[in-house]
Amino acid sequence: MAKYLSALFSGLVFGLGLCVSQMMNPQKVIGFLDVAGAWDASLALVMAGALAVAGVAWGLILRREKPVLEAEFQVAKTTQLDSSLIAGAAIFGIGWGLSGFCPGPAIAGLSLGIVESYVFVGAMFVGMWVFQIVSKAK
Amino acid sequence: MENFTPYSALIGGMLIGLAAALLLLFNGRVAGISGIASGILPPWREDTGWRLCFLAGLIVAPILFQLFGGQVTLKINASLPVLAVAGLLVGYGTSLGRGCTSGHGICGLARFSIRSAAATLTFMLTAAITVYSVQHLINTGS
Repeated sequence: MAKYLSALFSGLVFGLGLCVSQMMNPQKVIGFLDVAGAWDASLALVMAGALAVAGVAWGLILRREKPVLEAEFQVAKTTQLDSSLIAGAAIFGIGWGLSGFCPGPAIAGLSLGIVESYVFVGAMFVGMWVFQIVSKAK
Repeated sequence: MENFTPYSALIGGMLIGLAAALLLLFNGRVAGISGIASGILPPWREDTGWRLCFLAGLIVAPILFQLFGGQVTLKINASLPVLAVAGLLVGYGTSLGRGCTSGHGICGLARFSIRSAAATLTFMLTAAITVYSVQHLINTGS
């Protein structure tokens, strides 16, 4: 039960961060990505703020033997670059640039009841599902 | 840079970092939203529960924020067909590349992962090129 509550609380804080920083707003995101237009650097500070906290916390937390509520840390250990990492990131970037939505803000935005958010998130899950089908078929 | 909002951006960013730290400390998991979300697709496993809880918190957040007097603005300029294509690309791309803005851009960089640094540079670059193409090559009239 406790691990569900901590996940819920973490999601809540994450969503509040998206709201406060206005990363929720696709137009704000496009303003950051549009370096040739009226560039809005705010998003760089969202990342800086997040990295400052997470960077310090990561080092401290991973000194523990295990997380508070689970048996072990599930953190990626791969360090090598591969073509699917780069190709996937490139494809994601195109979708992000087209819409101004990345997964976190898009999902959080569902509660505002805007049809555009539902179309995007629905298509995003289809994209994830297609990947699972394709990678299973290999 | 008339729309520059440095303080709210920094504070919001720190909240996101705090959320990621909490999830790692208590659940031992990385707060990568694309990974958390794709993990709720069937077949359902034992770890579907915490994912649904995290996403529920994420979805409730804007409502709470507004209840306490905050303002959430969503201005979407893309049409529905473009959003559908963008959603497909984001879903497929984050699965293939194993992460999005949060997983690679924040959690990955926080632990100095070379993979995440390469992924973050790549998606920032293709996103900027895409926005440039749409804003300055296609929409030049408007």
